[in-house]
Amino acid sequence: MPTTQENWNPGKKQDRHPEVSYEEKEKLFLEVKNDPRYEDFLYGCYECGICVSTCPSARFYDYSPRVIAQAMAREDVERVYDIISEDIWNCAQCFSCVRCPRQNNPGGLVTLLREVAVKNGLQETKDVLQGYSRVIYKVMLKGNQVSPDMLQPDFFPDWGPWVQNFSANMPVWRKAIPVDTLRGVTDAAWKTNRKTLLELYTIWFETGNMEIIKEIDEGLHDLLADVMQEELEEG
Amino acid sequence: MTTTVEEILERKSHAVTRDPEIAPTHDIRESLFELEAKGEIVVQRVPENHVEVKTKFGRTKKIPIDHTWHHKSCGQCGHIPGYTSSIFWLHRQFNLDYLDPTDQTSCTGWNYYASATSNAAAQAAVMSRNFAAAHETGYFPMIHCGTSYGHYKEIREQLVHHKGLRDEVRRILDKLGKPLVIPEELVHYSEWVHVMRNKFAEKQTVDMSMIRATVHPACHYYKIVAEDAIYDPDIYGGQRTATVTGTLEALGIDVADYSTWFDCCGFGFRHVLVQRDFTRSFSTLRKIEVMKNEVNPDLTVTHDTGCVTTLDKSQFSAKAHDRNVGIPVLSDAQVAALAMGAHPFRVVQFHWHSTDWRPFLDKLGINWQKYWDEFQGDLEAIRAGTKSGITWEDADKPVVY
Repeated sequence: MPTTQENWNPGKKQDRHPEVSYEEKEKLFLEVKNDPRYEDFLYGCYECGICVSTCPSARFYDYSPRVIAQAMAREDVERVYDIISEDIWNCAQCFSCVRCPRQNNPGGLVTLLREVAVKNGLQETKDVLQGYSRVIYKVMLKGNQVSPDMLQPDFFPDWGPWVQNFSANMPVWRKAIPVDTLRGVTDAAWKTNRKTLLELYTIWFETGNMEIIKEIDEGLHDLLADVMQEELEEG
Repeated sequence: MTTTVEEILERKSHAVTRDPEIAPTHDIRESLFELEAKGEIVVQRVPENHVEVKTKFGRTKKIPIDHTWHHKSCGQCGHIPGYTSSIFWLHRQFNLDYLDPTDQTSCTGWNYYASATSNAAAQAAVMSRNFAAAHETGYFPMIHCGTSYGHYKEIREQLVHHKGLRDEVRRILDKLGKPLVIPEELVHYSEWVHVMRNKFAEKQTVDMSMIRATVHPACHYYKIVAEDAIYDPDIYGGQRTATVTGTLEALGIDVADYSTWFDCCGFGFRHVLVQRDFTRSFSTLRKIEVMKNEVNPDLTVTHDTGCVTTLDKSQFSAKAHDRNVGIPVLSDAQVAALAMGAHPFRVVQFHWHSTDWRPFLDKLGINWQKYWDEFQGDLEAIRAGTKSGITWEDADKPVVY
């Protein structure tokens, strides 16, 4: 729900998500709190606002790392649910907020909240990540976050007309790079050998990462699982 | 006791030399050696040929000079390849032994910070697999990406502090036939550039004294596990990280300060790929335009993948809105390579950058058109099939401008 003048509710007295039971909200809160990393990320809050003053997202969104630290510390289950369903995807993950004099890591808390949101397949999270699936496909399958062939004018129109030169000249420009592992490679950032990719696929399966993908995008999971399993069977 | 603004400013006017004995954090390297003594992990030692520097709390950090395993960066290799080629070119100018491996994967940290579609065990296993691959070769990891460097520092903390995570990662690595290896130091390439800066200056052939530059320090370099970043009392009085600025000053560039130096670039990880309204606004309104208004630099220089991409690519749309932008963006490695005569297109690969870099090269007195025409000749030969591609044989030799 976007924040407007009418529904602005800084004290969060109203239940903004009555469609979700308190028990469900509490379950998600406890998943975050019981993560082994939680105690490394939150020590309390002075309410000094240093994290907010350095936060890029706080300048452009209705977003506050201080509120996140406070809501978690107060164990305000309802407010934490607001955060997990609305706020967390605004964070830029720059970790400027670790300037906290209390040694808190609000960016780290956001990471834990995001993990729980993804793992539980929250609809708001699915919506946010919808346009991002092709990147997940690339990084899990190729072992690279981005590749040269992603530089297409329709994907980056705001980067200016020069982007057309990237896509128009891609094969030959990539051959004109002296680095051996980059030269001529267009579908990945660099050449990765097959054994290494099989090891990466093993990590995804062994750590439960594939189950996480299934929760957020079943179609993407099935596609990835098919390709990886086939490759692993071939050995 | 109340501290006045005058007292703070007075204190900040003095260079800071910190005493490691009173550092507010535990030295994690001691914990690594303790875990190694218990047989839990293997600690890969920094090669003999290294330089010692001081980090934020006055501790000593060893930066290897050669025999390094280059942990490449997705964004550098994928979208700004002159960044990567400049790092290697600098190594080659000094005949330094390095390895450009094919058994390295992304740290996958960009994806993790963008989407959280992973977990602690997977992230730690990806890091440990890469480090085990480096260890197998005997070469020491040098990490090109600021996010990989910051992410790995955080994972190192988690592995040290959580036995359950170590056990889980070891179980997975056992399946891959690899040990759990953590290097003695986590080293970012810009730290190598920093310790090599005076050597670069000795081989410098392009006068850069007429250039004014701003520096954007990369968040994941010095904010995540802040104590590992290099600090020097002679640079910003020891109150900001010394990397990049030290390099530019060694090359004779006038480094100009600006008020939003601490702000991030606006990359945002997910934002830069699928929600760029935030990225464009932040990078231009809080960084580029502030630099332009306050010091009007010829160039801005940074030391991470995402920062170069964001600061460079965001300027087109801001210009369309008549904002005060138009600063070319390079990495420290590209600037150092250019200063030593690297070819602007075969090595520095300016053509992958978007904000107009021509005025910067004009100011340096580099006839970029001549080298662009030469590069076009390379491309024609590649298109015609008479040349398979540009190799180090074509690119190694410095240009005499």
